[in-house]
Amino acid sequence: MIEVNDVHFTYPTGVKVLNGVSIKIDYGEFLAIMGENGAGKTTLVKHFNGLLKPSQGEIIVDGVSTTKVSVAKLSRKIGLVFQNPDHQFFCETVEEEIAFGLRNFGFSEEAIKEKVDWALNLLDLGDYRRTSPFMLSGGEKKRLALAAVLTWDPNVLILDEPTVGQDYNQKEKLRQFILKLNSKGKTVIIVTHDIEFVAECNPRVVILSHGRIIADGPAKKVLTNYDQMREASLIPPQITQVFLKLADMGFAADIIDVNEARGKLIDYLRGLSK
Amino acid sequence: MMLFQGFRFKRVSTWMHRMDPRIKLLLSCSFFVAFLYTELLPLIIAFLIQVPMVLSAHVVREWLGTLKGGIFFAILILVMNMLTGSTLTYSIAMVLRFLILISAFSIFFLTTRPDDLGAALEKMGVPYDYSFMFTTAVRYVPVLATEALTIMDAQRSRGLEMEKGNIVKRVKNFIPVLIPLLVNSIRRSLEMAEAMESRAWGATKKRTSLYVPKLKTIDYVLLSLIVVAIFFAVYIRLYWAIPAIELTTP
Repeated sequence: MIEVNDVHFTYPTGVKVLNGVSIKIDYGEFLAIMGENGAGKTTLVKHFNGLLKPSQGEIIVDGVSTTKVSVAKLSRKIGLVFQNPDHQFFCETVEEEIAFGLRNFGFSEEAIKEKVDWALNLLDLGDYRRTSPFMLSGGEKKRLALAAVLTWDPNVLILDEPTVGQDYNQKEKLRQFILKLNSKGKTVIIVTHDIEFVAECNPRVVILSHGRIIADGPAKKVLTNYDQMREASLIPPQITQVFLKLADMGFAADIIDVNEARGKLIDYLRGLSK
Repeated sequence: MMLFQGFRFKRVSTWMHRMDPRIKLLLSCSFFVAFLYTELLPLIIAFLIQVPMVLSAHVVREWLGTLKGGIFFAILILVMNMLTGSTLTYSIAMVLRFLILISAFSIFFLTTRPDDLGAALEKMGVPYDYSFMFTTAVRYVPVLATEALTIMDAQRSRGLEMEKGNIVKRVKNFIPVLIPLLVNSIRRSLEMAEAMESRAWGATKKRTSLYVPKLKTIDYVLLSLIVVAIFFAVYIRLYWAIPAIELTTP
């Protein structure tokens, strides 16, 4: 469990990014952190595995403050996948790239081989086993970055902007993948601007704005609060906007799911034809 | 990474900042006279001469950062020299030479706008392509520094422990940081070249500048002082007996 208690954070350059953030994340949760550019989303998740230490307040992971444990030890439990995969590839082959984390955590050679195979299959990278990571396409690189973290099976998986530069098919695959992981009991935290993606995933949503949490609750509630969303330079999903504008016709204003919307419309039309 | 911080231009205005960039470059280069000496006394003096420059330019914190960042290499130089059989005095002299040079160039970059530097280089007859290359390289140092930090964070999240292991292991620990940094830099430079060409780079053969550096009286005074100092340093080397400070290994 991750407990964030009144965390403030100022970068050495003097820029204050977090202004008293408190949040509790339980095991098995699926959480999306949203907010405007520079709201402090990435800064916040970098605190979870100890890369950054709070200037004030504290972060407690499984009962221990992050200031007392090494980043490596925390990363074993909390896997953080960075936004730009180009910031981490350095090996000659995809296979080696995946094995890097496992080697750092001291897995045996046999275990490494087995886990690398598992990760390659899981993310559909089997054909690229001996390819250079630099030769992969954007989407494949994103998947490799994910595989390179998933391989040591952390309890919590944090994905920073996982949908950037992905086409619809890739996004849908990613969504299915995240939901599957989550259903197996993994805690998944995504940091994103992609409102439609979040609406489809339907997780718990936290909105950060200027280093403060301004909303925290189920997607259905948070994403349909127009004013709150505006405050963080976000707008509700398109389907919600349509239904907000149809509120005077008696439609519920808290729709984020396209299928649900379709159901409501059909019911309404049936009501008319009677 | 503190080392990089010490090479970033700091936007204040002091006499060091206003000095003609060509003179300042010469001033920094003049510290190469440190290579004439292996005795501690002149090296210490050369180092101390920089202190008032740093103080008057209001860049103390950044400069200290440079020195702090240089400690790793300083220790490496010390150990390497000792291992290859040099005396302690000589090894420390080598470390001092290194510190004098990074400090001198740190002062230069901290107090010179990249644009001024470019203008100065052009004035000195360096073709624009080359002066542009140089100023761009300087301008990208902070970008690289930020990127290096991000890469380090990404690798530490994959369990890399940079501060672990003996000296060989620690040097090896830099590979996962240096390779992505290099690859990204090359990629970025290609992208930048394309972007520049789409914006008609090189369309005019003869360029004019808005700002043309001009030597003022104070710059001529400084120039003569620097020249005298360099000759003085060479003269001492050739004709004076330098009092030795000997250090012995305890």
